[in-house]
Amino acid sequence: MVHFALVSVLAALLLAPTASWAETPEEKGLTIAQEADRRDLGFLNSEVDLMMVLRNRHGDTSNREMRIQTLEVPDVNEGDKSIVIFNRPRDIEGTALLSFTHIAEADDQWLFLPALKRVKRISSANKSGPFVGSEFAYEDLLSQEVAKYSYRWLRDEPCGDLQCFVMERYPVYENSGYMKQITWVDQDEYRVMKIEYYDRKDDLLKTLNFVDYQQYLGQYWRAHKLLMNNHQTGKSTDLLFDKYEFQVPLSEGDFRPNRLKRLR
Amino acid sequence: MNRRWLALAVLCVSIAAWASAGRAGEFDFSGFVAAELRIFPNDPAFSDQQASSFSPSLVLQPEFRYEWNQGDDRLIFIPFARLDANDDERTHFDPRELNWFHDGGVWDLLLGFGKVFWGVTESRHLVDIINQTDGVEDLDEEDKLGQPMVNVNLFQDFGTLGFLLLPVFRERTFPDDDTRLRGPLPVATDKAVFVDRTDGPRIDFAVRWSHIIGDWDIGLYEFYGTGREPRLVPGSGSKGQPVLIPHYDIIDQTGLDVQWTRGSWLWKFEGLVRGGQGDRFGALAAGFEYSFFGIFATAADLGVIAEYLYDDRGDDAPETPFDDDIFMGMRLALNDVQSTEVLAGAIMDRDSQSSFFSVEVERRIGENWKIEVESRVLFNVPQSDIVFGLRDDDFIQIRLSIFF
Repeated sequence: MVHFALVSVLAALLLAPTASWAETPEEKGLTIAQEADRRDLGFLNSEVDLMMVLRNRHGDTSNREMRIQTLEVPDVNEGDKSIVIFNRPRDIEGTALLSFTHIAEADDQWLFLPALKRVKRISSANKSGPFVGSEFAYEDLLSQEVAKYSYRWLRDEPCGDLQCFVMERYPVYENSGYMKQITWVDQDEYRVMKIEYYDRKDDLLKTLNFVDYQQYLGQYWRAHKLLMNNHQTGKSTDLLFDKYEFQVPLSEGDFRPNRLKRLR
Repeated sequence: MNRRWLALAVLCVSIAAWASAGRAGEFDFSGFVAAELRIFPNDPAFSDQQASSFSPSLVLQPEFRYEWNQGDDRLIFIPFARLDANDDERTHFDPRELNWFHDGGVWDLLLGFGKVFWGVTESRHLVDIINQTDGVEDLDEEDKLGQPMVNVNLFQDFGTLGFLLLPVFRERTFPDDDTRLRGPLPVATDKAVFVDRTDGPRIDFAVRWSHIIGDWDIGLYEFYGTGREPRLVPGSGSKGQPVLIPHYDIIDQTGLDVQWTRGSWLWKFEGLVRGGQGDRFGALAAGFEYSFFGIFATAADLGVIAEYLYDDRGDDAPETPFDDDIFMGMRLALNDVQSTEVLAGAIMDRDSQSSFFSVEVERRIGENWKIEVESRVLFNVPQSDIVFGLRDDDFIQIRLSIFF
């Protein structure tokens, strides 16, 4: 037993410090992102109602309502699929946006226009444009895959009652509107608590706060309020999520472009 | 109303009622009401046309939906009604949709009045053939009449196979005899001729394969039945006056639409080959749309569109203005809270140099209102051109809609 204990101590002395000494801030950042991603694996699919409150600098508000369906694609080399179906404003009711996110290449997107019954493949190069006039860009909402960024851990610090990893991530996909993002991820559950977005000139553009996390199926954490503030324009957008459902009867086949018409 | 339509509607509703019996579903009601004003700045070209410069009208389009079986079954009713101050033909009602839709997972079925759109290009909807154009609505041929159909789609690994059985033919609508935009002569829709049509019901068919392979979206179809586009043949009306009489032919048409999407580029192609109206002929519409995102450091996107239109049809086919034309257009989306958009374009005939300009601007007002302004203008039209009869019917249209 003494022998075994000695080996353990030696191993601990040799291996543990080596591991942490060798880990660069880039590696540590990536490890955190991968762990956060790993903890979200296996949800299969989800469906949620989303209300968007758009606020200009005078405080005038405008609302959007939509339903979002998400399909987890099991292949680790492929991103998830999603459909956003608009309900309000009424003039775009039934309009649907289907996205296939990809890791290495550009995403695929189709738009369904109910009045014409037309499904249109659209360019996915529009990453940084505002999503339905809000302070969220397409890239803030869709396309959140580990390999879409490179990472660098900065420090650990308290975030509210929790302890957070603070790290930078740099978009590696084309046409991003950002130079970098700084994210706060809590150390207990690896949930994103806050993101600061820096524009192409490296000036602080927006801050996004994640509020009201709830856990589903004993594993998956989802924030029910996302509060985005644009520091350069004074505008803000709140995302209010409601009625999260997981493992609903949605399958690969429901995420085909020519089935968008079933939604309307 | 045609008795067969009614039978179909009754059948459709009864199937749905039977299928949903005793099961809780979800009912949804929405739609819009719009007030529209067309302004014609020029005097009419023909003395028998109404001289009024202002043409108001009112549109109502409610939508009723009933869903059950977690949305796998659905009943839709979308009636469309227009009241027009000047045009008795434009004052009309149409069941845009009245159908039962069933989603069977790897297949689906639609039974009743429906709408199907095929195609990719912007300036001309060349291969779109299932629904008849509601010709009294607009010049852009984007308004369609509800088409009674049995439509089955099979979703396979090699693509989607769609089968359409179209048991009732719908005739194209034309403006009234004395109104603007009617063309050089009134169209006598009550005298429509169906060439080669034998007695008994006539059913049209179409089958289409569509698939997505990487950046390519492809659709290929075969249509056999009554061509939606009538030939307008000079004849005499009930009082012996000169009119144009629509002649509908039995045609077979193969259509192909392809889009290649790469970065900011959309490359588009539509082509068809049609037999049954004189010599077999071909036509195409092809071009691109390139988008500049976030122009001038704003949130606005600008799309630039260029398309070439070619049509090889002979004198025994319905006349078309798009025999050898170039379209240049642009789409500006401000991406603001009001979703302001501008679509402007011009089609120029390479031979006669006649040009057709069109501008559409739309913007939401508040949460539920929307204003749309559009203008259509013809320039430089020689007498030989098919659109010569419309040369003085340039107009500006203002439309205010409330959605509910």
